[in-house]
Amino acid sequence: MSGTARRQQSVFQYVDKPLMLSYIALCLLGLLTIYSSVYDAGQDWMNQERGNAMKQLAFVGISWLSIVIILSLDARFFEGLAPLFYLIFLFLSVLVAFVGNEINGARAWFSIGGFGLQPGEFLKLGTILMIAFLLREKSTQLRSQSIKNTLFFVVLFPVVSLLLQKDTGSALVYASFLLVLYREGMSPLLMQLGIWALILGVLTLLFDEKISAGIVLGLSFLYVALSSQRWRTFLRSLTYIIPSLLIIASVEFAYENVLQPHQKKRIDVLLGKVDDVKGAGYNVHQSLIAIGSGGLLGKGYLEGTQTKFDFVPEQSTDFIFCTIGEEFGFVGSILLLLLYLFVLFRILQLSELQGNRFGRVYGYGVASVLFAHIVVNIGMTIGLLPVIGIPLPLLSYGGSSQIAFGLMMGIMLRLDSGRRTGLN
Amino acid sequence: MKFSEEQRVLQISIIVVFGIFALRLFYLQIIDDSYEIWSRQNSVRREIVYPARGVIFDRNRERVVVNRPIYNLMVVPRQVKTDMDTAAFCRLLGIERKTFEERMNQIVRHSRFKPSIFAAQISVEEFAAIQEGLFEFPGFYAESRAVRYYPRPVAGHLLGYTGEVNDKDIDASSGYYLPGDYIGIAGLEKTYEPYMRGLRGIRYRYVDVHNRVVGSYKDGTLDSGATPGHELELSIDIKLQEYAEQLMRNKRGSVVAIEPESGEILVMVSAPGYDPNLMVGKARTRHYKVLSRDSLKPLFNRPIQAQYPPGSIFKPFQALVAQQLGVVNPSTRYPCGGGYRMGSHTVKCTHVHGALDLTESIQFSCNPYYCWTFKNVIDHHSSGSPPSKMYETWRDYMDQFAFGRRTGIDIPNETKGVLPRNAYFDRYHGKGRWRANTIISLSIGQGEIALSPLQMATSMSAVANGGWYYAPHLVRSVGSGDDKRHFRGKKFETGIDKPYFAVVHEALQRVVDAGTATAYGKIEGITVCGKTGTAQNPHGKDHAVFVCYAPRENPKIAVAVIVENAGFGGVWAAPIASLLIEKYLKGEIKRPELEKRLLETNIL
Repeated sequence: MSGTARRQQSVFQYVDKPLMLSYIALCLLGLLTIYSSVYDAGQDWMNQERGNAMKQLAFVGISWLSIVIILSLDARFFEGLAPLFYLIFLFLSVLVAFVGNEINGARAWFSIGGFGLQPGEFLKLGTILMIAFLLREKSTQLRSQSIKNTLFFVVLFPVVSLLLQKDTGSALVYASFLLVLYREGMSPLLMQLGIWALILGVLTLLFDEKISAGIVLGLSFLYVALSSQRWRTFLRSLTYIIPSLLIIASVEFAYENVLQPHQKKRIDVLLGKVDDVKGAGYNVHQSLIAIGSGGLLGKGYLEGTQTKFDFVPEQSTDFIFCTIGEEFGFVGSILLLLLYLFVLFRILQLSELQGNRFGRVYGYGVASVLFAHIVVNIGMTIGLLPVIGIPLPLLSYGGSSQIAFGLMMGIMLRLDSGRRTGLN
Repeated sequence: MKFSEEQRVLQISIIVVFGIFALRLFYLQIIDDSYEIWSRQNSVRREIVYPARGVIFDRNRERVVVNRPIYNLMVVPRQVKTDMDTAAFCRLLGIERKTFEERMNQIVRHSRFKPSIFAAQISVEEFAAIQEGLFEFPGFYAESRAVRYYPRPVAGHLLGYTGEVNDKDIDASSGYYLPGDYIGIAGLEKTYEPYMRGLRGIRYRYVDVHNRVVGSYKDGTLDSGATPGHELELSIDIKLQEYAEQLMRNKRGSVVAIEPESGEILVMVSAPGYDPNLMVGKARTRHYKVLSRDSLKPLFNRPIQAQYPPGSIFKPFQALVAQQLGVVNPSTRYPCGGGYRMGSHTVKCTHVHGALDLTESIQFSCNPYYCWTFKNVIDHHSSGSPPSKMYETWRDYMDQFAFGRRTGIDIPNETKGVLPRNAYFDRYHGKGRWRANTIISLSIGQGEIALSPLQMATSMSAVANGGWYYAPHLVRSVGSGDDKRHFRGKKFETGIDKPYFAVVHEALQRVVDAGTATAYGKIEGITVCGKTGTAQNPHGKDHAVFVCYAPRENPKIAVAVIVENAGFGGVWAAPIASLLIEKYLKGEIKRPELEKRLLETNIL
């Protein structure tokens, strides 16, 4: 028996079963749900519309085949491949912004023989690999300015390419890399600032800039007034007051001048400022009806009415969670959330156990991207976040997304398995 | 296992976010049930299944009124493609482009989202052609309704018509009617509305976002089918009705024929009439307007609403009542010198009859005979009662023949005619200040008396039967099979003893055989008993009246014919009644010249 064969055997043997089974479960659940969302109750089995479900089956097949190949590759291969993979998809992602097909307002697809290739989905994987590659040495310190700059641009370029494609949703996902950097020792200040900015942003949009500014100044005044050393406290509080006011001003400016009318409308609907169930709020309203009408146990598989009869738009892609909420109810929805929670925790746990930093950073990257997708997607369908069209990982219909997430999971499993065999 | 502080923070963040999601889901799916209601409103369409209205048959089970499907072409403007091929669509419907644009603008002003009727009342034949091409035009679809159809365009007045309910009907129905429902508005459709309307059904269907039906809700377990309305079987003989209407063409007036033994109305014509198919659906309002402006008043239901002084046809009834009161007997004679003189005024007679007996007085329609009779009934009765009291006694007998009161026919708006009570004359002339001569016109069926053609035919039935009759009615039975309910009018006794009819029967036969109606009344092989009359018309030429029944031995049909402005009853009214009887009893006409002359006559 050759060394390669032995290694392969042990890699398959030591692959993390809970994570792999969870991944398989998600893929199958996605297939079933897509079948249900295109299911036509008036047709029998032979004439049943199942085009998208069959295509997704093919995508899942390709993903699994890819994972088998990944598992047989040398772990160091991914480290070496990272820059190339990143650059190829960055290039494609920029290219697609100019020559791609436009679907739903975003120019994000290459059309290849009836299938659409979305480079942006693969670029997420590329960026994770690239970040892990840059931080692979244990000695690399995040405090160093040069690595900070490099990381900044590694994330910035994809974001710019996605904005060029008008794919704001995917661009937003890159914010999740802050979690990775936080784990790798970056000061939490940036994240704290981000959360504070979010709170101020919502306040500003919900009321107006004067009220948010008033709240900031009022709180600062109280803080200063109650302090024993007023002058020093005042000076220190300026470091909060000035950025806060800048945030408020820029949110107001961005809302009025940068955002497209439809994006503004989506935000208004989300914040409850306008009640527009026919127009911009239609998607969310229908989505809430579908999920809300599911009740405790749901209407049963293939029995959903809102999703089945096309009331919910994009139901097999971005709004696939509606079908689950409607057909499997509260219990089904919670079980799905628990499954995702398990996957995220498992990845974080496995990441911490990685012997090398590449593996750990990679794991965190995967978890962050998955988390961002889950939060934005489900948050949208249950009306907590604005309508931002990104897929629900491994469930939504879509080849690029399905395969890209498959590759992410495959590499994660390969890196982890290598750790256990000690064979890397 | 050792966790880094950063990992802890991340784990807690994830749990917090998922926890918020779980709470939100709990709220949406468990606590707030408004989404379930929204869901049903969204995808379950409650469709009304309109019941088929009861079909109407005639006495020979011929279909008189049936239901005919029609289509409304509906449009939901929002679903109409902006780039639709308008020219092709106009060709399909056979309309002008301008019409299309005007109609669309009108609809859009009303609503973009709600279905509106683009074209109403499209017949099945027309729609078949349209349907083939309709799929190319999203936003347009057909809705089917049923409207009434009359295979023979006759009997509109008695059948009535249906139309959409108004707000008053809806309020009064305590929930039965909904906007858009049809209701009987006139005639039998109105009287028998509760039987014929049936019961609405409800059907729940799943619809998709394009409002297309995709299946039944809960496998139809909540659906309730529509219960069709009950059928009606009329006493009308629709073929005879059609024949009578043909005879009355280009004439104004009425024909009423009743089967004496049952009170069943065989024919009831109001001329001029109209094609009941004009009173169907959306076109009804337009046609109604045109008909209501017609100077010939085709909408006026003459047999039950018009009233005429009966003239000489009143004489047989005078004869009957006077016999019952013991004033005259068959051998009583009164002198006729060409008139009945009272002071300065004379009631003229057509001839100088000399002294006729009772039979001859009817046969030759002698006016003075009835003036004397009436005078003796009212003024000189052996009971010694004052004229006012005697008038009331006389009036009570007349009431038994349905004079001055409604017959009780089963369609609305019947007139009761005119025949005042004594109180009226007390008011008019003063109490105790009037006598027979004051109201002497009544003796010959003029003055304060007016009868509807229906009352004339009804009273003829009573004569034919020898003293009794059933209130005339149009419907024999409602429903079918085990649920069949038979209808029959109330039975009335006139209070005139049967022997007194013998002389009247004899006289009426002689009128036709050798009297005033000889020329056109006689039918080979049938003994017809009848009486001519001339209803005085202060506005123009007198109206011709003829009442009769046949055969004398076993009366099967009693007829009243009024031809307005046609002069003497024997010339125009008698032949129509005669032809009708011949047709009914023999099934064919042996007098084609007479028939031809009547069909071609125009006395408008």
